[in-house]
Amino acid sequence: MTSLNVEPAMNVDEAPDERAPLVIGHDRFDTVTAEICRVNEAKKPPKAWYIAMAMSVALLSCLGVVVLYLFTTGVGVWGNNNPAMWGFPIVNFVFWVGIGHAGTLISAILFLFRQKWRTSINRFAEAMTIFAVICAGLFPGIHIGRVWLAYWLFPIPNQMDMWPQFRSPLLWDVFAVSTYFTVSLLFWYVGMIPDLATLRDRATSKIKAICYGFFSLGWRGSMRHWHRYERAYLLLAALATPLVLSVHSVVSFDFAVSQLPGWHTTIFPPYFVAGAIFSGFAMVLTLAIPARELWGLKNFITMRHLENMAKIILLTGSMVGYAYGMEFFIAWYSGELYESFAFVNRAFGQYGWAYWIMVSCNVITPQIFWFKACRRSIWVMFIASLFVNVGMWFERFVITVTSLANDFLPSSWGWFQPTWVDFVTFLGSFGLFMTLFLLFIRFLPVLAIAEIKGVMPAADPHAGHDDHDGHDDPTSQEVQA
Amino acid sequence: MSSAPLQDPVVTKETAGQPWGIAAIFDSPAKIMHAAEATRAAGYRWFDCHVPFPVHGLDWAMGVKHTILPVIVFFGGLTGLLLAIVLQVFTNSIEVDLWAIVPVVGYQFEVSGKPLISAPAFVPVAFELTVLLSALTTVGGMLLLNKLPCLYHPVLKSRHLKRITDDRFVLVIESSDPAFTRADTRAFLSSLEPESIVELEA
Repeated sequence: MTSLNVEPAMNVDEAPDERAPLVIGHDRFDTVTAEICRVNEAKKPPKAWYIAMAMSVALLSCLGVVVLYLFTTGVGVWGNNNPAMWGFPIVNFVFWVGIGHAGTLISAILFLFRQKWRTSINRFAEAMTIFAVICAGLFPGIHIGRVWLAYWLFPIPNQMDMWPQFRSPLLWDVFAVSTYFTVSLLFWYVGMIPDLATLRDRATSKIKAICYGFFSLGWRGSMRHWHRYERAYLLLAALATPLVLSVHSVVSFDFAVSQLPGWHTTIFPPYFVAGAIFSGFAMVLTLAIPARELWGLKNFITMRHLENMAKIILLTGSMVGYAYGMEFFIAWYSGELYESFAFVNRAFGQYGWAYWIMVSCNVITPQIFWFKACRRSIWVMFIASLFVNVGMWFERFVITVTSLANDFLPSSWGWFQPTWVDFVTFLGSFGLFMTLFLLFIRFLPVLAIAEIKGVMPAADPHAGHDDHDGHDDPTSQEVQA
Repeated sequence: MSSAPLQDPVVTKETAGQPWGIAAIFDSPAKIMHAAEATRAAGYRWFDCHVPFPVHGLDWAMGVKHTILPVIVFFGGLTGLLLAIVLQVFTNSIEVDLWAIVPVVGYQFEVSGKPLISAPAFVPVAFELTVLLSALTTVGGMLLLNKLPCLYHPVLKSRHLKRITDDRFVLVIESSDPAFTRADTRAFLSSLEPESIVELEA
C-alpha cells in the first residue's frame, strides 16, 4: 500500500500517476475506527483541553454577566449612538455568520464537486458552522433592545393583528439565518448518525451506550438504509449549496438595500460570500491545527488537507482584495460625490487605521500562500489564519461603522466609540463558541468515521482482484457519494 | 483483508427455536459484494447487508430499487414555496372576509406607494422556506422510509454483530424469506466462505 510509504503527516508529494492518499498510515478499517474514537474514548482529554475549557467557560460567564447587565439596563450600555446605530452587535453578527460559511461549503459544495479530501475536515467544519451561527444569532437577538419581544421577528399570529414587513431585508435575514442554522444542523446530525452508532457499539459504560444509542436512532448499517441515506445526503448537499450562497447574500442585502453611501452597491452579495468563505476557512485552520496536534489526528487531517485550505484562503482572499479595489474604482468611476467621499473617508478618514488593518490582514497576508513553503508550514498557516480572522472582523467594522458615522450631511456625522460592554460581549461570544466546540470534540465523533473508511482504497469492492468476473457495475453512471 | 476465510465457519446459535435469521460475517467489501450477488441469484429476497460504510454497488447487487425519496422531497419543497407565497401575500396585503363572516386582514405597510404584493421582495423568503421544507422532508423522509428510530432489532441485539459499525460486513437472510430453511440456508451461507455464521434470536 503506497500510503504507508508516505512520510506521516506530510502527504504533500505530487505523483502524477496516482491519486494522493486521503488517509495515511492505515490500510485497515478497525485501526481507523480505533484511532478516531480514541478522541472520545480516552479516559481524560489532554491537559490543553482543560485549560482551554476553563478559559472558554470564564469568557462564557462574562458573556452571561454582560448580557444580564444589558437586559437590566438597556442598549445604552453599548457604544451604539445616533448615527452609528448598528455598532458592535451587527459587526459581530456578520463576523460570526461569515465564519459559519466554511462548514456548509465544505460539506455541500465540495461534496458535489467530489472533493473527497473534505471527508477529514467536514465534521469539524460543520460543528464550527453551527456554533458560529449560534453566536451570530445571539447578537441580533440582544440588539433589539426589548428582548422579551424577540418573537416579533417571526410571523406569529397575535391579538394585535400585526405581521412583520416581508419587504424588509432584516426579515429576510431572520428567515435566511434560521433556515441556514436548521439545515446545517440537519446536515451535521445526519452525517453523524452512523458514527454515533460506532461509538454506541464500542461503548464501555451503560450511560455512554444509552446516550449514543439514543442519538444514533438504532442505526444498524443496513445497506437498504445506506441507499436512502446516501440519496438523502446528496439531496441535502444540493439544497445546502444554494443556501450557503444565499445566506451571506441576504446578510449583505441588509446593507446593500439601504441608501447609504458605501453600502448601496451591487457588488455586496458576491463580495460578502467570498469574504465569508475566506473567514470560515481561516477559522477551520485555526481550530484544526491545534486539534490535530493535540488529539493525534495527523493521519487524517494531513498536510495536504491544510495545504488545500491554504489555497482556498489564497483564492478567496484575492477575491476579497479584488472587491475592495472594485469598490474604490466604482466609487470614483460613478462620479458620485457621496460614494467617492465614503471610500476616501474609509481609507483616510477617522477610521483609516481600521481600513488598513483590514487590507493588510485580508489582502496582503493570504498572498504568502503563493509560496509552497508557507502552505506547508504549520506555524505560518496558523498565524496567517489568525490574521485573517482579525482582518475579517475589521472588514465588517469598517463597512458598518464608517458608512454610518459619516453619511450625507456633515451636520449628522458622528463618531462611534465602543464601550467595555461591547468588548466583553464580543470576547464572551468566543467563550460560547469555544465551549461548544470543546464539548463537541470531547463527546461527539470529531471526524466522519464512516465517510473516511469509504474513501480508503480498501473500501473499493473491486480492490484486490483484477479479474472482471462478470458482475456489471451499474454504479458507474450512478451518482456515487 | 488480513485473515484468510475459514474452511468451516464457526456457527454460533443464539436461540434454540426457529432463528429470526442467519447472519454470515465477512471481512471485506469484495466478499460481501460476491455474497450479495450469490444470495440474490440463489433466490433469496428477504436479506440485507449490514456494512460500516456504503459499499458502492452493493445496493444494486442486492437488487435494491431506487428510493422514492427525491420525489417526496420535491413535494416538500413545493409545499415550502407555496407556504411562503401564501404567508407573505396573506400577512402583508390581504383584506378579505372569509366565508363572509371572518375578517382576515394582513398588516399593510404603505411605504412610498410601493405595491403590497411585491414579487421581487418576496423571493428571498420564498427561497428560504423552499429549502427549509425540502431539507426537513429529506431527513424526515429518509428516517421514515428507513423505519428509524428503531428501538429494537435482532441485528442490534446480537453481541456477535457489534463490529458492523467498525470493520465487518454482515449478510443476514431472514427466516421470513420463502426460500429459507434452517439447514439449507446455513449450508448456503457456509458455501460463501464467511468468517463465521450466527443464528440470530428474534
